[in-house]
Amino acid sequence: MESKHARTRKRILRAFYYLLISLLGVVMLFPLVWMASASLKPSNEVFNSLSLIPSQVMWENYVKGWQSVKPNTYTLFYKNTFLLIVPVIIGTVISSCLTAYGFARGRFRLKNLLFILMLSTMMLPDTTTLIPKYLIFVKLGWINTYLPFIVPAFLATSSFFIFMMVQFMRGIPRELDESAKIDGCGPFRILWQIIMPMCIPSVVTMVVFCFIWTWDDFMNQLIYISEVSKFTVTLALRLVLDAHATIDWGSLLAMSLVSILPSILLYFVSQRYFDDGIATTGIKG
Amino acid sequence: MRKIRKTRLESTLFVFILPWLIGFLGFRLYPLISSFYYSFTKFGILDTPTFIGLGNYIEMFTDDPLFFKSVSVTLIYVIVSVPLKLGFALFVAVILNNKLKFAPLYRTVYYIPSLLGSSVGIAVVWRGLFRKTGIINYILSLFGIEGLEWLGDQRTALGMLILLSVWQFGSSMIIFLAGLNQVPASVRESAAIDGANTVQTFFHVSLPMITPVIFFNLIMQCINAFQTFSSAYIITKNGGPANATYLYVLHIYNSGFSKYRLGYASALSWILMAVILVFTLIVFKTQDNWVHYESGGKEG
Repeated sequence: MESKHARTRKRILRAFYYLLISLLGVVMLFPLVWMASASLKPSNEVFNSLSLIPSQVMWENYVKGWQSVKPNTYTLFYKNTFLLIVPVIIGTVISSCLTAYGFARGRFRLKNLLFILMLSTMMLPDTTTLIPKYLIFVKLGWINTYLPFIVPAFLATSSFFIFMMVQFMRGIPRELDESAKIDGCGPFRILWQIIMPMCIPSVVTMVVFCFIWTWDDFMNQLIYISEVSKFTVTLALRLVLDAHATIDWGSLLAMSLVSILPSILLYFVSQRYFDDGIATTGIKG
Repeated sequence: MRKIRKTRLESTLFVFILPWLIGFLGFRLYPLISSFYYSFTKFGILDTPTFIGLGNYIEMFTDDPLFFKSVSVTLIYVIVSVPLKLGFALFVAVILNNKLKFAPLYRTVYYIPSLLGSSVGIAVVWRGLFRKTGIINYILSLFGIEGLEWLGDQRTALGMLILLSVWQFGSSMIIFLAGLNQVPASVRESAAIDGANTVQTFFHVSLPMITPVIFFNLIMQCINAFQTFSSAYIITKNGGPANATYLYVLHIYNSGFSKYRLGYASALSWILMAVILVFTLIVFKTQDNWVHYESGGKEG
């Protein structure tokens, strides 16, 4: 009797859980779903209908949005964004892995001190170094180029990724390096052939976050890129938002969707690795 | 023989951290030191810095109403948004941890917003949701409620930015879930045998065991929240209405890049750093009272 009663209670509780998290899921997704459906609606329907299906599917919104920053199109902004992001990712992955390997396996003087310094920059607010960094890049003549993003990436300035890789590499048994060493492998070959193949989940995690954070790094893009022909998707979208008194919401939302789509796609493509990556490293979002 | 070779190889690994060391010296340490120096100078984009002692700091506290406004706005933003976000993340993680069906699906649904939240694309959506003739007010009108001008009203504008931040609770939730997963089922079961109900088990067994994870999240989220920029710059157009969302980093940005007062902006940024440091220290100080480490001390 007692246990039957308890079982019923448990079942009701579980039903309540499902209801709660489903409702919450609807609320969480609402902004995204609304964006997607409104991007295909005629302007007069964007804010006046909860129907997910447009009365008339307006693919024109996408065409109009694509050309909304005349005389340029989003083709250029996309190209620009990838010209910025791809080198940043390559640089971050190479430099972070090298540094992490050095910290995880090396035995040299001052290692612990340097490691602590590296960790403490994780807490250092970027805003504190904003002005001097800007002045350095002005002096180097790098304003309106992507070098203020790319060069620091190759110099492992993201302590967060280094820390993540160090944690991961520490989990790889040293015996593997040792036996490779006996076989006559140098450090580069050990890193490349023994360590890296085992680090794929955390490298994928790094690539995804590096992509998304660079894509969304509005502030630095705003500071360093002022010529419209060099604009990224992020900057172009902001330009449209504030350029006109009356906003054509259909095409604006179409471009908003276009601007977040790469991040979503990348996440789903890499999810298999990614879930392990974030869970084990306790990464922030 | 092997011993010697081993030490040699491991000390050559110093070479591997050289790129980081150059980056650290050039893009971290040097900028840090020079911004400290600039904070005691008056200087624009074209002239050289002139030393003015504590001038910038004195101006901040005596002659800059925007400084106090941005400090209070930022403190409210951090103190409200971080606990709400973490509380929500924990609440949902605890529910999802009940071996529910489709848990991975729900996890993905909750996680996606935290991936996208700081993008301009979402800022656009937020403006669409909460404008006077926006979709939220349309929904309210179906219930006969007349909505406010959410983003244009001084009383609600900051709340909308906080809402955007809380909407991104997913990444913290994932970390909490991972933490809860590590609480051994046997421990929970033995608590149940001792007569503890679900709620008691959670508060006395699970929760204490994940406090190190909560602690780490609390610190990182505070540091991030203090540095929020793009939502207040884009959604509420540079901190409007009437500076109701004028977050501190906007003040740094505007001083440095609109007024070209680089010395003053540097001084502002050092205050931010000091505040973040003090905040972190306070959280660290409280940890004896609520953060439980296992004897192994693996976490944190």
